[in-house]
Parts: sequence; C-alpha cells; structure tokens
Amino acid sequence: MSQIKSYHRFNKLEANFKTYLIGFVLSLFFTLTAWLITVKKAFNQETIIIIISLAAVIQFVIQLLFFLHLGKESRPRYRLLVFSVMLLIVLILVIGSLWIMANLNHNMTIKQMENYMVQQGNGGI
Amino acid sequence: MNEVDIKTISHKKLLNRIYKAEESKFFETASFGFFVYLMTDLVLFASLFAVYAVLEANTVGGPSGQQIFNLNNVLLETLALLISSFTMGLAILSMKKNHRNKVLGYLVISFLLGLVFLLIEMTEFNHLIAIGDSWRRSGFLSGFFVLVGTHGLHIMVGLIWMAIMFYKILKFGLSRVNIRRLTLLSMFWHFLDIVWIFIFTIVYLYGALGR
Repeated sequence: MSQIKSYHRFNKLEANFKTYLIGFVLSLFFTLTAWLITVKKAFNQETIIIIISLAAVIQFVIQLLFFLHLGKESRPRYRLLVFSVMLLIVLILVIGSLWIMANLNHNMTIKQMENYMVQQGNGGI
Repeated sequence: MNEVDIKTISHKKLLNRIYKAEESKFFETASFGFFVYLMTDLVLFASLFAVYAVLEANTVGGPSGQQIFNLNNVLLETLALLISSFTMGLAILSMKKNHRNKVLGYLVISFLLGLVFLLIEMTEFNHLIAIGDSWRRSGFLSGFFVLVGTHGLHIMVGLIWMAIMFYKILKFGLSRVNIRRLTLLSMFWHFLDIVWIFIFTIVYLYGALGR
C-alpha cells in the first residue's frame, strides 16, 4: 500500500494525461497547418517555406518537452547537457555540409570543370 | 533527500520517502544511457539529412520530388505515427498506474498504427521501384531512399520491440524490468516521431513545393 501511494506521488513529478494531450493537440495543429499551406499553396513560395520550417521547429520543441520530457529531470541535468552538445554537432554537420557543397558548386560550374579537364589533357566531359 | 529526524517521522512515511527517492533515481539513471544513444542516432539522421539536402537537386533526368510525392499518403503516415506516439505515452501513464491490461491495449494500438505507417511507406517504395525510380536512378533518389529507408528501418525495429514487449508484459506482468524496458521503448518511439517531423517537412513538403 505504501508503495502504491509513493508511486502516485512520484507520478505527480512527471507527465500526466494533460501534458501528453497538450503535446498531441499542438503537434497535430502544426502538422495539419504545414500540410494544408503546402497543398493549397496559400502564399508565395518563400513565405510557405518559412512558415513550414517554423512549424517544424516548434513541433520539434513541443515533442521534446511533452513527449520526451526533456528538462524535467532532477539536477544535475545531464540529459539537457548531452542534448545541447548533440544539437551543436548536428548544426555544425548540416550547416557545414550545405555551406561547403554550395561553395563547391559555386566555385566550379560544369563549364569550368570542362575547361579544367581540357587543360589537364583529359579531354572534355 | 533531505535529512530527516528518524524519531519524529513515522515508519511508513520514512519508507515512502526512501522508496520514492530510490524509484525516481532508478528511472532516471536507467534511461540515461539510452537517451545518449538516441542523441547519437540523431547525429546519424542529421548526416543523412545533410546528404539528402546536398543531393536533392541532382536528378539527372530522373523525376524530382514534386513528381513522385503523394502528399495525401504522407499526411496519413504522419498522422498514424503521431497518434501512435501519443498512445505510447498513454501506455506509459497506464504503466505508472499499474493497469496492465490498459498498457497492453495501448501497445496494440501503437503497434497497429506503426504498422499502418510502415505499410504505406513500403507501398510507396514498391511503387517507385516498380516504375523504375529506385535509388539507382539519381542522386536525389539515392538520398531519399537512404534517409526515409533508415527511418523506416528504425520503425520496423520499434515494431518488433513492441511485439516482444507485448509478450513479456502478458507473461510476466509489469515487473520492474519490464517497466524499465517499456520506458526505453517509449523514448525510442517518441524519438522516431521527432525525426519524422523533419522528414515530413524537409523531404516531402519542401519537395512538393519544388524548391
């Protein structure tokens, strides 16, 4: 009996039905909004891309908070630490790759590549 | 836990406090390693996202995303996975209230919705391969198949895990070990839903816009 009681008290510290429902409804809202805007092409291209990107980021945060309960742990917050480091790595990885590849494309068009190959005596493309 | 005077606190209360402290510590430490694994998985997906983003424009005569994506199916997949994630959360809540049958019920619902997701994805892949737009066609399709396929593979592992979990809870009830396993499973499942948000947005919605 005492175990059950303390179990319930432990539960209060954590998620309950309400937090899951809030997370679910919000996620549903942002998913449907992004989908509808894209399908109906409600605005011009740039606006749509900005809106659906924002919707994705917001939904990401919502699901981290309400489903994965990030930041609800006791101190020291090792999870938050690991998460921050990983987020940094992810950002470096993705932004860095795109940046480098965009630069490569920028610095060498197909025409340039052909000229370069001819110069090197390898013929054209 | 704060210092307590053993003479003034009742025996029952003391036991409660010890149990509570021990229990919350157990759940946190037991799932921390798994959390770190999920974060490394996030890096895996991030690199595949980077590959996809780099290769996206390289269609070399093959179809672009705009031509092959069926957004109705994608919405169906997204909803199935989202609801599945939600019911998995409900399973965790029932687990904490020690309702074994409810846990089993929610597990079945999550499993079926995950299966719906996987079947729609498989149908999509099958269709693409049948009309000759497999990963061999272009850089874009290679990136697409690897990224979405890796996520699908994770979903498949999650489904197998759920089936095993169902059997274990049916047989051994909500034992301490099973509670821990179910907690990890729910984290895994929520994580896959989180990754899907970005596949949904970056691959399908951006693709459909023909950026």
